[in-house]
Amino acid sequence: MADASDTATATGGADTHEEGARRRDFIHIAAVSFAGIGATAAVLPMIGQMAPSADVLAESTTDVDVSAIEPGQSIKAVFRKQPLFVKRLTPEEIAEANQVDLSDLRDPQTLAERTAEGNEDILVTMGVCTHLGCVPLGAAEGENKGEFDGYFCPCHGSHYDTAGRIRKGPAPTNLEVPEFAFTSETVIRVG
Amino acid sequence: MSFAWAKTYEPQTGFTKWIDEKLPLPRLVYNAIGAGYPVPRNLNYMWNFGVLAGFCLVLQIVTGVILAMHYAANTEVAFATTEHIMRNVNSGWLMRYAHANGASFFFIVIYLHIFRGLYYSSYKAPREMIWLLGVVIFLLMMATAFMGYVLPWGQMSFWGAKVITGLFGAIPLVGESLQIWLVGGFAPDNAALNRFFSLHFLLPFVIAGVVILHIWALHIPGSSNPTGIEVKQESDTVPFHPYYTAKDGFGLGVFLIAFTFMVFFLPNMLGHPDNYIEANPLSTPALIVPEWYFLPFYAILRAFTDDLTIPFTSIVLVQAKLLGVIAMFGSILVWFILPWLDKSPVRSGHYRPMFKKFFWFGFIPCMIVLFICGGAPAEQPYVLLSQIATAYYFLHFLVILPIVSQIEVPKPLPYSITEAVLGDKDVPGGTDGGGDDPRAAVKGLPGKSPDDGSLQPAE
Repeated sequence: MADASDTATATGGADTHEEGARRRDFIHIAAVSFAGIGATAAVLPMIGQMAPSADVLAESTTDVDVSAIEPGQSIKAVFRKQPLFVKRLTPEEIAEANQVDLSDLRDPQTLAERTAEGNEDILVTMGVCTHLGCVPLGAAEGENKGEFDGYFCPCHGSHYDTAGRIRKGPAPTNLEVPEFAFTSETVIRVG
Repeated sequence: MSFAWAKTYEPQTGFTKWIDEKLPLPRLVYNAIGAGYPVPRNLNYMWNFGVLAGFCLVLQIVTGVILAMHYAANTEVAFATTEHIMRNVNSGWLMRYAHANGASFFFIVIYLHIFRGLYYSSYKAPREMIWLLGVVIFLLMMATAFMGYVLPWGQMSFWGAKVITGLFGAIPLVGESLQIWLVGGFAPDNAALNRFFSLHFLLPFVIAGVVILHIWALHIPGSSNPTGIEVKQESDTVPFHPYYTAKDGFGLGVFLIAFTFMVFFLPNMLGHPDNYIEANPLSTPALIVPEWYFLPFYAILRAFTDDLTIPFTSIVLVQAKLLGVIAMFGSILVWFILPWLDKSPVRSGHYRPMFKKFFWFGFIPCMIVLFICGGAPAEQPYVLLSQIATAYYFLHFLVILPIVSQIEVPKPLPYSITEAVLGDKDVPGGTDGGGDDPRAAVKGLPGKSPDDGSLQPAE
């Protein structure tokens, strides 16, 4: 490299007017900054490639026809490769959910906050336990609904109530309600 | 580096002389694991496991590279190619069973290696760096083993991946984004399987690199030994070759008998039947358990069932899930500060009566309880037991070890390794196999009086 000649200049007679910020300091800072920016520019796409790819993101909405769901019945759909529970609540289940005192809840939310306005009998939740991601039971006929008549996760014993809210067990939060909207009278679009 | 009396490599033939001038690789090997490396003469069989771990790493790399010739990391075919290896590929079943059981045996060997380090305090000065690098190797091994278990894309593969990547979701603020980034989607899928395969192939070579650093760091102070006192004189050591190549060779034979017995007669004993069911994202197995070697850490993860709140209020400081994650990672990270927690100048557990009691009657039962609870369903009494054992685990490292090392009165140490081996009863022509009394022949190290006391501190 050019180090040898630089050193010769610096240690020669030239260093009298190079005290303080020397020309070589500037070259060092400029070179290191340039290399640093270049390295960052190279690393960013290497990090970015790990994020969900376009085809994965393209599958990130799901349409579900809810017209055929009877009160008290649930269906399992797939949303972002994960189970989605869509349940039509019975009037008793709605009453049960509304009776609960919010201060008793670990993650306080009313049923109305968890459903769409005008369709408070349609409960849409992820079928993913908020503890460690197992699929809770209770969506299919005859499965254990837990102590609060909603969902029960068999992995570590989390109990969810009729509004999918965590009531007992290790899960920290209610079953997640994904963003969804009615695209017609009977079809919801999730995501 | 080595002791002054270490034999030096002397190339005999013209060819080896020529090699030695251009690239002294034979000299390096001679000084590392040959006659040029003097090793304490009193090593017991607990000192076999380093070499065995190296053997396991090579075994895993060889069988793994072979399996990769037949496997395809795609969720459509991964399960099928695993079965293809088992049924169609010539000796494919042998390669896969050797690789799967090889992972288990690698962990058995590593756990015994760590046990040796903990009992004989091999982590103490001047060997802290060897211990720290060992913890790094262990963490890399855990990551590698976890990702390897995902590759067959069975039910346990999928749900194990989901639970473990879900741990990152517990981190406040960035957790969810981090989890999606790690998995490359909203749940483990093709992107996750592919990157796990890529990293599972890469990490063993990273481990091999850190192993070289581990051995390099070992060769600076030399091996420790069961008495924990340092080598003082030539009669304390024997050359690694042929003495310990032979002893390690015998250990390798015993290891291979146990290993091949498992591969040929009980190949699935350490696995889970559920992993022969193809991954189904819509159905969770009744009991998700990790591979056996992760059970103690899984028990620590699940021991936290309540949020940490400000007492007498309901203000949550840390959620139970995050506490579990912190404790699980903390249970291994605490090993990084172990050399500075245990301040006792005596290394070997043999000469530490109080440490020995806490080790055998506290720490070892605690690990057994954690192991059992990790594989049990999350119900009583296992939850309570794992909570008690988790508390004891951290108490052992953070409270008991520092206090014991302050108040304990160690037993007197032998003057030297030679004395510990031969004792006072040794006479010329005695058990050492030589003609002379070795104590008469020994030369003290320069600058040290041969009578500098029986209690030799670690520093």
